[in-house]
Amino acid sequence: MMRTAIRFTAGALLALGLLPALAPAASAASPSPSPSGKGLAPATTAGTSFLTATTLAAGQEASVAASTGDYLYWAFPASEGQTDTVQVTVTLPPAAERHAPQTWTVELFDGLRRRQSCTAGPQNATAAPNTASVSIGCTLRQIRSWAEPWSGDPLPGTYYVRLTTTDADQQDLGLAAQVQLHVTAKGGPNDAQPEGGELKAPLVPPVNAGSTAAPGASGASGAPTAAAGAGPGTGRAAAPVEPKTHWYSDLFSGWNTRWFWTLGGGALAALAGVGGYTLTRHPHGRRPTPHPGSHH
Amino acid sequence: MTTMRRRRLQVRRPLGLLAALAISAGALLSGLPAHADETTPASSDAPRVDLILDVSGSMRTADLDGKSRISVAQQSIDEVIDALPSETDFGIRTLGATYPGNDKSIGCKDTQQLFPIGKTNKVEAKTAVATLRPTGWTPIGLALRGAAQDLGTGQTTRRVVLITDGEDDCAPPDPCDVARELAAQGTHLVVDTLGLAHDDKTRQQLLCIANATGGTYTDVRTQDQLTGKVNQLVKESGDTYRITPAKTSGTDKCETAPVLNPGVYSDREKFAEHRVYRVPVKPGQELRASVSVSMDRAVARDYGVLLQATDPTGQELVRGTDAGSGRTDVASTGVRWSASGASATPAKGAGAAGAAGDQAVCLVVSNSFAPQPGVAADPGLPLELTVDVAAASPAPDGPAAGLGRGWVLLLVLTGAGLLTGLVFGWVARWRIAVWREN
Repeated sequence: MMRTAIRFTAGALLALGLLPALAPAASAASPSPSPSGKGLAPATTAGTSFLTATTLAAGQEASVAASTGDYLYWAFPASEGQTDTVQVTVTLPPAAERHAPQTWTVELFDGLRRRQSCTAGPQNATAAPNTASVSIGCTLRQIRSWAEPWSGDPLPGTYYVRLTTTDADQQDLGLAAQVQLHVTAKGGPNDAQPEGGELKAPLVPPVNAGSTAAPGASGASGAPTAAAGAGPGTGRAAAPVEPKTHWYSDLFSGWNTRWFWTLGGGALAALAGVGGYTLTRHPHGRRPTPHPGSHH
Repeated sequence: MTTMRRRRLQVRRPLGLLAALAISAGALLSGLPAHADETTPASSDAPRVDLILDVSGSMRTADLDGKSRISVAQQSIDEVIDALPSETDFGIRTLGATYPGNDKSIGCKDTQQLFPIGKTNKVEAKTAVATLRPTGWTPIGLALRGAAQDLGTGQTTRRVVLITDGEDDCAPPDPCDVARELAAQGTHLVVDTLGLAHDDKTRQQLLCIANATGGTYTDVRTQDQLTGKVNQLVKESGDTYRITPAKTSGTDKCETAPVLNPGVYSDREKFAEHRVYRVPVKPGQELRASVSVSMDRAVARDYGVLLQATDPTGQELVRGTDAGSGRTDVASTGVRWSASGASATPAKGAGAAGAAGDQAVCLVVSNSFAPQPGVAADPGLPLELTVDVAAASPAPDGPAAGLGRGWVLLLVLTGAGLLTGLVFGWVARWRIAVWREN
């Protein structure tokens, strides 16, 4: 009996020891902001509109030769639970060629081109005529797993970065500037709020040309998903990595740390139960009468 | 789309090679490459770039790194031609290259196609550029029209790279008006301007042309900058030329509004105008729409854009809005909407939408831009509309299957287990005691 209890305790301790070890393994199975783009060469282009925005992989940098006054667009994918930060450093044209202070601004938009608030980072900065560079940044709110359609909360999908010279002397427009952009993400799907929420399709806008149906024509929306003949994936902006699906995906919402906490809790409760029972039977840790039968 | 095409080419090439090897003994060899060419996309599908080079008299000025403007431009174009991507259709047009006289009426018609747009013979193109000598006037407006003609019409974006050192001395037509007129024709033309001179008038004119067509303006100070920028523009046009919105025309009423399928659309909206579009949304679907209104001309400091989704009777469902002030290119906003619950409005707008069960949602786009004095109101501001319909996402039920997390949970469960064990133990002891007594 005692030996059984010890074996139980050892098993439970093992399970407890595994708990923290298993937890990260669970999160690794789901899409995470892994620095997959770290090895990629920095992007050397920037788009000039939402439609033509240059797509950056997670962790990929951009280093672009631009002109003062250009409107530069990049797009990056973000998945639920992430908190993304965009950092921009602009190396300004030589001070000798500039005439007045200039203000640079970085703005973030979601896949629906809705302006997203920054929780940190100077979103704009004004450079005096003699400064060599200016650093700005923006930290998004944490991406939520679900939000009501009427809200403007950040959701998984494409995010657009727009870098603008919001204020400059006209004489300074067109001068060469060098832009460095860096997007980092922290956090993963386990932190996503609200828990159990799911956006059926990420906010990834189509980029293919649309097709107009004649007003009043029946079956106008016959196949809205197959519009304009663009194949899936070709007519879309930057999309976050799809979570892997398994055979058990439909049975429950998937592995997450809650399973390990709950299972661990159950094991602990069972152990405590056995322990409590043993305690009442042998209050002082001694056996009243040696039973040959219970010994195994 | 580009990647798809590339992949197809990659597949085709090895296949063609294999076939060629198999029949290499035969005399049919010459026929095969021709066949391969036939299956590649037509040249009209290639990215098209037309370079307009100013060869007016002022290009003689030597103020760029001690070299004359024309020699800097010529050397840069040489390097650009060398680095030209093989799929790009490239052409060169000149202005002010032939007429050295003083007669304005003749000098202002002086623009020719130096090298037609197509697959470039690099040697010929470079020779043609090398023979240019700074000569005449600067008819930029006319050259832009010519370039638009050279590029032709089509579904893809075409790009004009304008290298000049001076303001147009031939207006009318004013080059900025020409640019706006070309943009309004919906021909997907983007004009990028590069200025070799640094005076205010030139800058203002080139900025105006670039703004009107969604292009960029660069003030060239060194030869490297010029080469790098033109290379960048050519490469960019190859990457993005297929991304073009479909042209549509919104109306002022929901009943007559065009019905839009998912995709990207372009339209024009005047100051204070409302434009209405219709999107059929099935039950269980979510409408996603976004709109951008571009400022292609001088507008008042503060501005805003509003996108309203209404039902066919005009009841507002959701609105998206954005406002701002200061220098920017577009003001944009978006909305999401899905019917709240299946029973809420079943097939309310079925008649208008056509198919049964669909609800027609009207998208009303309005803006609060104001023109600066003297700015033309016509054609309207460029408007870009993105429409998508996706599966609706119902409200979540709560955390995964009622599972818990955290140290408090462990403590509670362990405590409960311990308590249960103790109770059972005591009960067992009590029963034994009772049994012994009996």
